[in-house]
Amino acid sequence: MNRGGSSASASANYLLCTNCRKVLRKDKRIRVSQPLTRGPSAFIPEKEVVQANTVDARTNFLVEEYSTSGRLDNITQVMSLHTQYLESFLRSQFYMLRMDGPLPLPDRHYIAIMAAARHQCSYLINMHVDEFLKTGGIAEWLNGLEYVPRRLRNLNEINKLLAHRPWLITKEHIQKLVKTGENNWSLPELVHAVVLLAHYHALASFVFGSGINPEREPGVSNGFRLISVNSFCVCDLANDNSIENASLAGSNFGIVDSLGELEALMERMKRLQEDRGDDETTREEMSTRFEKEKKESLFVVPGESFHSFPHSDFEDDTIITADVSRYIEDPGFGYEDFARRGEEHLPTFRAQDYTWENHGFSLVNRLYSDIGHLLDEKFRMVYNLTYNTMATHEDVDTTTLRRALFNYVHCMFGIRYDDYDYGEVNQLLERSLKVYIKTVTCYPERTTKRMYDSYWRQFTHSEKVHVNLLLMEARMQAELLYALRAITRHLT
Amino acid sequence: MEKMSRVTTALSGSALTGRTMHCHLDAPANAISVCRDAAQVVVAGRSIFKIYAIEEEQFVEKLNLRVGRKPSLNLSCADVVWHQMDENLLATAATNGVVVTWNLGRPSRNKQDQLFTEHKRTVNKVCFHPTEAHVLLSGSQDGFMKCFDLRRKDSVSTFSGQSESVRDVQFSIRDYFTFASTFENGNVQLWDIRRPDRCERMFTAHNGPVFCCDWHPEDRGWLATGGRDKMVKVWDMTTHRAKEMHCVQTIASVARVKWRPECRHHLATCSMMVDHNIYVWDVRRPFVPAAMFEEHRDVTTGIAWRHPHDPSFLLSGSKDSTLCQHLFRDASQPVERANPEGLCYGLFGDLAFAAKESLVAAESGRKPYTGDRRHPIFFKRKLDPAEPFSGLASSALSVFETESGGGSMSWFVDTAERYALAGRPLAELCDHNAKVARELGRNQVAQTWTMLRIIYCSPGLVSSANLNHSVGKGSSCGLPLMNSFNLKDMGPGLGSETRLDRSKGDTRSDTALLDSSATLITNEDNEETEGSDVPADYLLGDVEGEEDELYPLDTEHVHPEEPEYVLPQEAFPLRHEIVDTPSGPEHLQDKADSPHVSGNEADTASLAPVDSSSSLLSVSHALYDSRLPPDFFSVLVRDMLHFYAEQGDVQMAVSVLIVLGERVRKDIDEQTQEHWYTSYIDLLQRFCLWNVSNEVVKLSTSRAVSCLNQASTTLHVNCSHCKRPMSSRGWVCDRCHRCASMCAVCHHVVKGLFVWCQGCSHGGHLQHIMKWLEGSSHCPAGCGHLCEYS
Repeated sequence: MNRGGSSASASANYLLCTNCRKVLRKDKRIRVSQPLTRGPSAFIPEKEVVQANTVDARTNFLVEEYSTSGRLDNITQVMSLHTQYLESFLRSQFYMLRMDGPLPLPDRHYIAIMAAARHQCSYLINMHVDEFLKTGGIAEWLNGLEYVPRRLRNLNEINKLLAHRPWLITKEHIQKLVKTGENNWSLPELVHAVVLLAHYHALASFVFGSGINPEREPGVSNGFRLISVNSFCVCDLANDNSIENASLAGSNFGIVDSLGELEALMERMKRLQEDRGDDETTREEMSTRFEKEKKESLFVVPGESFHSFPHSDFEDDTIITADVSRYIEDPGFGYEDFARRGEEHLPTFRAQDYTWENHGFSLVNRLYSDIGHLLDEKFRMVYNLTYNTMATHEDVDTTTLRRALFNYVHCMFGIRYDDYDYGEVNQLLERSLKVYIKTVTCYPERTTKRMYDSYWRQFTHSEKVHVNLLLMEARMQAELLYALRAITRHLT
Repeated sequence: MEKMSRVTTALSGSALTGRTMHCHLDAPANAISVCRDAAQVVVAGRSIFKIYAIEEEQFVEKLNLRVGRKPSLNLSCADVVWHQMDENLLATAATNGVVVTWNLGRPSRNKQDQLFTEHKRTVNKVCFHPTEAHVLLSGSQDGFMKCFDLRRKDSVSTFSGQSESVRDVQFSIRDYFTFASTFENGNVQLWDIRRPDRCERMFTAHNGPVFCCDWHPEDRGWLATGGRDKMVKVWDMTTHRAKEMHCVQTIASVARVKWRPECRHHLATCSMMVDHNIYVWDVRRPFVPAAMFEEHRDVTTGIAWRHPHDPSFLLSGSKDSTLCQHLFRDASQPVERANPEGLCYGLFGDLAFAAKESLVAAESGRKPYTGDRRHPIFFKRKLDPAEPFSGLASSALSVFETESGGGSMSWFVDTAERYALAGRPLAELCDHNAKVARELGRNQVAQTWTMLRIIYCSPGLVSSANLNHSVGKGSSCGLPLMNSFNLKDMGPGLGSETRLDRSKGDTRSDTALLDSSATLITNEDNEETEGSDVPADYLLGDVEGEEDELYPLDTEHVHPEEPEYVLPQEAFPLRHEIVDTPSGPEHLQDKADSPHVSGNEADTASLAPVDSSSSLLSVSHALYDSRLPPDFFSVLVRDMLHFYAEQGDVQMAVSVLIVLGERVRKDIDEQTQEHWYTSYIDLLQRFCLWNVSNEVVKLSTSRAVSCLNQASTTLHVNCSHCKRPMSSRGWVCDRCHRCASMCAVCHHVVKGLFVWCQGCSHGGHLQHIMKWLEGSSHCPAGCGHLCEYS
C-alpha cells in the first residue's frame, strides 16, 4: 500500500486524462513539469478569489466560527465568492460534523471519507483523514474498509448506490441496515449517515467542478496523509497546445462570437418568461419532453466532445489509486444513465409526490433534529441566490436559468417536475454546458478545465461558481430525496 | 336532545346513516371533497379521479372522470373541490399548474369544462366561493393566487405572495370578500377579493410552511392553521392583531385541518408524514386527542366531514389507496385510556398527588386528603358546565408530608465526593472507599469494599496460604479450624490479649472435637460469653460449614427475611442468628457478597474493629486465593452489584464497576451498565455534583456514556457593554471592541474561568476572587457590595 507520496516524478502525482495518456503513450514522453497553479482553484485565477477575499471580513468570521479545521481551506475560499451561501453551507456542515448528533465524531469523518472516495476525491479524503485522527479515530481504520467495524462497512452499499444511482435505493436496503442485530443502525444514526454521504458526494462534485487545488501545508506527515492525487490532467492545467489533440476543443466550440451567444441566451430567457401563455404546446407533448430530455442526456457523454475515443475507453482506463479505493468496494460501479435502464424500468420519481419541503424535511428533522432547518435554509438560499446579473448585463431575472440548471440535474437522476416544461432546458442550456453539468454531477472526477472553460465564455468566474453551487445542492437534494423516500417507505 | 333535533332539521328530515367502512381505490388519493347532498364523494390523485356514492353499507363507484386514451398531466390532481352550491360543479388543481373545472351536467363522457393554464408551477389548492356560484380561487407554488370567474376564459384578478409558494387558500365562510392564504415561509395573509394590490393583513403563524388552514364554520373570526412545525393553531382574526387562542401540538407535520361541524372546539387533522391516523382534537385540551381514527395504513391525504351539520361522519382518503368513512362513535378515544394524574411539590416539600379514584382505592391504608390548615393553597375550581371534561373522573387527592430529616441524602453527597474511583492501586481504592463508607455509618457498604479488596488483590500472606492449601482438600472439617487458627495467630489487631486467648482456647477445643456439631455449640458459647465480639462472629461463619455446600441454598434461606429489613440503623445491632443450614467454607464471603446480605449482618460487621476485620479477612482470603481465581467470584460480585442497584444504591454499583474496571465489566451486559451509569450521573447532577458526575462520565467505558460530556460544550456569553452575543471569542466583543470580562482584582482580561458575583455582577479570575474574599467581604471592584463566595 503506497501511502506517503513516495513516487518520484511529479507527473505521477497527477491523473492524466485519457486523451493525454493516449498522446503520452505515443510520445513516450512521461516527464511533464509540475503545472500546479497557484491559488485555491486550478480553474479560477488566483487573483479572482483573493480579491474577493480581502474585502470580506465576514468570511473570516464565518471560518472562525464554523470551520472544523479552523483555517480557511480552498473550498471555503472559492465559496466565499458567495458569502451569503457560504454561511448556510458552513453552518450545516459544521452541524453535521461537530454538533449534537447520533454518530460519534470520528465516525462522521470516516463516513465523509467513504463518500469522497466514491469519486476519488483525494482533496476531501486528505482533509477528513486529518480530522478523523484529530477527533480520536482509530488509525487502523484508515487501512481500508476491511479494518472498520462491520457496521460501518455495511454502509458501503448505500454509499455506492447513493453516489451513482440513487434511484436504486429501496426500502430493503434500509431494512437491511436497521434490522435488529449486532451491527444494526438506528434510524437517527442512519439519517445522519445519509445526510453526510449526500453532502460529501455533492461536495466532491463542487471540488472537481471548481478545480479546487490541494491544500498546501508543509510538513504535515502523519503516516496516513495520502499522496496528493490531483485529478486534473496536466493538459488542463497547462492549457497549452503542445499536446496535439488539444486543438480538438477549439474546433468543437468554435469561438464564434461568444458575445452574441450571451445575447441570444438572454433573449431566449426573456421570451420564456414573457410569452408562456400563448405557447400552445399540448400538455401531452410536455410530458414527452421530459422523456426526450432524459434520453438526450444519454448522449451527453462527458468528454465525448473532447475525445474521439469510444466511451468504453474510460471504463478500463479509470485510474483509482489504491489509497482511495481502500475506502470503497466495487469501484467499477458508476453512474448509469437513468434513461438507459430499459428492462428494469423503474418509474420516474415524481417530484410532487415526495418533495423536500413537505416530506423530506419532516423526516430528516424528526430523526436528526435541526439538520432539517439548516438544509432547508441552504437549499432555499442556493435556489434563490441571485445578483440579477448575467456576465456584463445587470438587472436580469435569472430565475428560469437557475431553475433549468436545478431541474436538469434532477432530470438526470430521474426526478421529474410535473409543472416544468423540459423544453426550456434545451433552449437555455447549451450543449457544452450540459456536458459540464453531467460530468460534474455524475462523473465529477472526469471534469477538466477545458470543460469548465468551454461553456458560457462571457460569464465571470463567480457566476460559474454559482452554477457549481446549484449543481452541488441539486445533486445533494436528489440523493437525499431518494434515500429519505426509501426510509419513509420502510417506516410505513 | 336539542342538538339532535337541530341536526335533523338541518338535514331536512333525512338523518344520515351509515357505518364505518372503506373501499379500495386503484391508486393513492391526494384529496377528497364531498358533494353538498352528502351522498357523493370525489377522490382525486395522480392517477385517479372518481366519484363514489356513499351508500348505507358501502361505497359505490359512480363515475370515472379520467377519460381519454392517454391521460394527460392535467388529470394528475393535487387538489379537488366540489362546489357547495352547485352539485354539478367540480374543480381540480393539477400538479403541472393547470386549474380544471368539471361540469357533471355535460352529456358527453368527458365532463371537463374549462382549463386555466395561468399558473407556472403546481397548483396546491383550489377553493370555490361558499356562496357565489362562479368564483374560484387557486393558490400555486409560483407564489400567486388567482381568482377566476367561471363565465370568463381567464382570471379576474391575481394576488401576489411575493414569490413565496402558496400552500392553501380558503374563502371565509362569513365574510363575503375575505379569503386567507398560507405560505411556505410560515406566513398567513388575509386578502380582500376586491383589492388584489396588497393583502389586508399578514402575520407569521408557524415556523416553516403552513400547509393548511380552515375557517371556523360558526365563529366568524376563527382560523385554524396547521404547519410543518407539527402545530395546529387557532387564531382570532377579529381583533386588531391576529391572536393565537389555542395551540395543539401533534406528533407530525399537519397536512389538513377541518373544523368539526356542530362542535365548536373540535377540529380534525391528519399529517403529512409518518403518522397515518386522523385525530379529532378539542382545542382546549391540546395534549390528548378527543378521538382517533386508525384505519389507514399509509398517510392520510384528504379529510372531509360528510355533512356540514353532522358531526359524526368523517370521510378520508389516503396514500394507501383506500377511501374510508369513519363514524365518530367507532373512534378510539385516547382520553378513556388515559389515567388523569396530577403531581406537585408544595412549598414545604410536601407532595400532592391526585389520581383517579379507582386507581387509588386499590391501595388501602392511605387516607384521602381532607384539607389542612397548613395548605391554604388548594382551591376548588368552579365547574364550567360547558366544559365537556368536568366530572369525567372523580379523583382522589393525597398529600404526602415530608418528615424532617427523614429523606436526607447527605450520605449520598458525602460518599460521592469522598469516594476515590481511580488513580491508585485497587487495594488502596477499596480501603479508602471502605473507610469512607464506614465513617458515614454505612457498614454494609464498607464491608463490601473490604471484600472486594480481598477478592481481587493478592495478599502478602503467602505462608498461611500455603499452609491452608496443604490442608485444604484434606478434610472439610479441618479447614475451618485451620482458618481459625490462622486467625488467632495473625490477629495482632484483635482487641485485648485476653479475648484472644480465650478464643484460642475455644478453637482448640474445636480441634480436639473435630466435630461440626460441637463446633456449632462452641460457637454459640462464644457468642454468649463474648457478647458482641466480632471475631467470634466470623468464626461462626467459618466454622459452621461442614461440606462444600451450594450457594443457592444459602440464598433461599436468607431471601425471605430480606424484605423486612428496612434501614439497618438501629443503635444496637441485632445479633447474628445462627443458621442451621449447612454451608460451605466460603460462607463468610458469600454472606458479604451475596445480594441478600441482610441488615443485621452488615451491622455485626460494623462492630468489627477496622484493622482487625481487614486482617481477619485477608486471612480467609489467603485461604481461598490459592484455590480459587478471582474469576470464581465474578458471579457473586455481579450479583452483588445487581443487588445494590436494585436496592436503589446505584452509587455503589457504579463505583464498584469503575474501581474494578475490566475485572467485572465483561460479566455485566452493556445495557445494564449504561443504565446504571446514566442513573447515577442523573442523580449526581440533581445534587449539583457536577465535578463528580463529570469524573464518572470520564471514567466510564460505555461508549454512550463517555460521549455525554462531549455534547453541549459551548457556553454562550453576551458582551457586558453592548449586550450582544460574543460569537468569536469569549473575552473580546466584536461589536464594541472592548474586553468584556475584566478581572476586578488584577484588571486583566479573564480568558479562562470567570467567576462573578450575582449581586453586583463584578468578578474575575477564580483564584483572585477567592483570595480577595478571604481577606475582605466587599466587592473588589469597590462598588460596596458585600459579595459572597461559597
